[in-house]
Amino acid sequence: MKVSLFITCMCDIITSNVGKDTVELLERLGCEVDFPDAQTCCGQPAFTSGYLEESKKAMKQMMRAFKDSEFVVGPSGSCVGMLREYPKIFAGDPEWEKEANNLAAKSYEITQFLVDVLGVTDIGSTFKGKVTYHPSCHMTRILGIRDAPYTLLKHVQGVDLIELPIKEDCCGFGGTFAVKNSVISGEMVKEKSLHVSETGAEYLVGGDMACLLNIGGRMTREGKNVKIAHITEILNHHQ
Amino acid sequence: MSIKISNAPYNERVQEGVKNDFMRKAVASAQGRFRSGRQKQADELGNWEDWRTLGEEIRTHTLRNIDYYLEILSENVSKRGGNVFFAKTAEEANEYIQHIIKKKNAKKVVKSKSMVTEEIGLNDALAEVGAEVVESDLGEWILQLDEDLPSHIVTPALHKNKEQVRETFAVKKGYEQSDKPEELASFARQQLRQEFLAADVGITGCNFAVAESGAVTFVTNEGNARMVTTIPDTQISVMGMERIVPTWEELDILVSLLTRAAVGQKLTSYITSITGTRLEGESDGPEEYHLVIVDNGRSKILGTEFQSALHCIRCAACINVCPVYRHVGGHAYGSIYPGPIGAVITPLLDGYEDHKELPYASSLCGACTEVCPVKIPLHEQLIRHRQIIVERENKGNKMEKLAMKGFAKWASSPAAYKLSAAAARPALQPWSKNEMIKSGPGPLKGWTINRDFPAPAKQTFRSWYKNRQKGREV
Repeated sequence: MKVSLFITCMCDIITSNVGKDTVELLERLGCEVDFPDAQTCCGQPAFTSGYLEESKKAMKQMMRAFKDSEFVVGPSGSCVGMLREYPKIFAGDPEWEKEANNLAAKSYEITQFLVDVLGVTDIGSTFKGKVTYHPSCHMTRILGIRDAPYTLLKHVQGVDLIELPIKEDCCGFGGTFAVKNSVISGEMVKEKSLHVSETGAEYLVGGDMACLLNIGGRMTREGKNVKIAHITEILNHHQ
Repeated sequence: MSIKISNAPYNERVQEGVKNDFMRKAVASAQGRFRSGRQKQADELGNWEDWRTLGEEIRTHTLRNIDYYLEILSENVSKRGGNVFFAKTAEEANEYIQHIIKKKNAKKVVKSKSMVTEEIGLNDALAEVGAEVVESDLGEWILQLDEDLPSHIVTPALHKNKEQVRETFAVKKGYEQSDKPEELASFARQQLRQEFLAADVGITGCNFAVAESGAVTFVTNEGNARMVTTIPDTQISVMGMERIVPTWEELDILVSLLTRAAVGQKLTSYITSITGTRLEGESDGPEEYHLVIVDNGRSKILGTEFQSALHCIRCAACINVCPVYRHVGGHAYGSIYPGPIGAVITPLLDGYEDHKELPYASSLCGACTEVCPVKIPLHEQLIRHRQIIVERENKGNKMEKLAMKGFAKWASSPAAYKLSAAAARPALQPWSKNEMIKSGPGPLKGWTINRDFPAPAKQTFRSWYKNRQKGREV
């Protein structure tokens, strides 16, 4: 199966290890992975801030970059969620409507792709440690992915998966919200950090690096010794 | 009071909320109860999503034909001996009601809980004509005694605890017992009973008006709307023009959704209706009945992309799941309508000028949209507000505007993107220590107030990938 990796700008620039794990994981499961070099950002920072025209320029670039791809798979519920919103945004646009539908229909978040498309639930990986999982908002509510990450994590040998209290509450990231409403965002992430501590987990795992950097950044600020890990890091781990 | 409840700047209101530890504990605990209650009821019903779809369909149909249904309602209320007044503005509604109070020479008015009367500032208008107003919903009564404001649209005194209530009762009403809820409630009951009996006029809001029969219906747990509507001979109901259902059948469905979504109840304790006046041969009903149908900015929402915001049945499910509301409380919104629905409708009803921060008071997590029993796409409407603020109202931040223009150039040019991606790490080097940024420049500043940010990776993903491909080709 031919898969184009949608790296997301954050995982390209800030946390590039996530991309490496994603590529290795897909290849291990027999996918032929390519990386369309013309991809940039899904446009979400501008879109959610109200800059529709600016965001569309980014979106058009993404549609051009993935035009010929069979499947587009990315390690982020939120960024893939943005691609899935393109049809709404370009509805009625004679030039781009079709392209938007085309990209949205073939785009998947990585755990969704593994479980729903490849039909895999056990990757055959091993990871020893106490783990708690934060189900990020857009992954859950925009993409509707609720079970796939848990299914995959439960099959990892050695993982002790502990339920995160009030897991459905937003961590306070919210894109520019974290900067513009830093007081409220700060209170939200403080509560999330508290809930992570309550689990006693050594690792906080998630499917969206932005949320993990938010919670992880709060936890290091508080001097907590909980590591953050994108779910692909756990799934691509053997020992 | 009106829709706007504070003159303090947004940031100050937020700080005030965040600092109020007691309120935050009370909100978190109430949210916990409401959320699990709502979920339990939704699960028990089984096909909750179908119910939501039905709720949405009923509201969509009704709003699309609102002129028709309002006319039918108006005809039926008139046929039953009631007077109907269509008020375009809050002032018109208040003047009409003041006129009745004066005509009746009413000295005391009892009210049941109503958000629309808060919105139009009716209590102040009644005071102007010398009428004493007594709120009869327990939460509203506590707030009235304490000269405080509602912080939630269903449980208005959510931000107060029983010790505070005891104190208020003691200072304002000479209460001498403990802060046991049973004793507090019993005291309120005795006090309010006297008010009901002494009132000249009863004023109610409206949960839903049933067009086919002209019945105006109230949903309460305390039975106070029944007391308000039963005792005084003159009755006035005030309704937002969108609070209408075609027939009893739709009322049934919407009330089923309302009580479950609001507080996790299968059924409320009391559903009360007024259907016009006591006609000849009838044994009950008021002597005089007025229905005031308030527009106050609603009709200009009709036909716009925000029309579905008028579907709201005021259940507050969106408020109960909102993580922002959880930390700042209701008063921080500066609007009588707080939370996600408040952030959507306040700028629509009262303009952007005083409320331009509200659409940004959301992390767009979508929890509100997910629970709304009539499927209002709340977080999408917040994004639409942001677009209007930036594009039409030109109230966006100037620096942000420049940054977004830059973003568009960056993200539409792979070459520019690649250059800056590679430059990110060296550019942030001066602020990085041990791969971590504790106090960042520019937009990172807001982030690093509360948390650290990692230094960009030593090698971008795309450069790693490129090298890997090269290695493979060799």
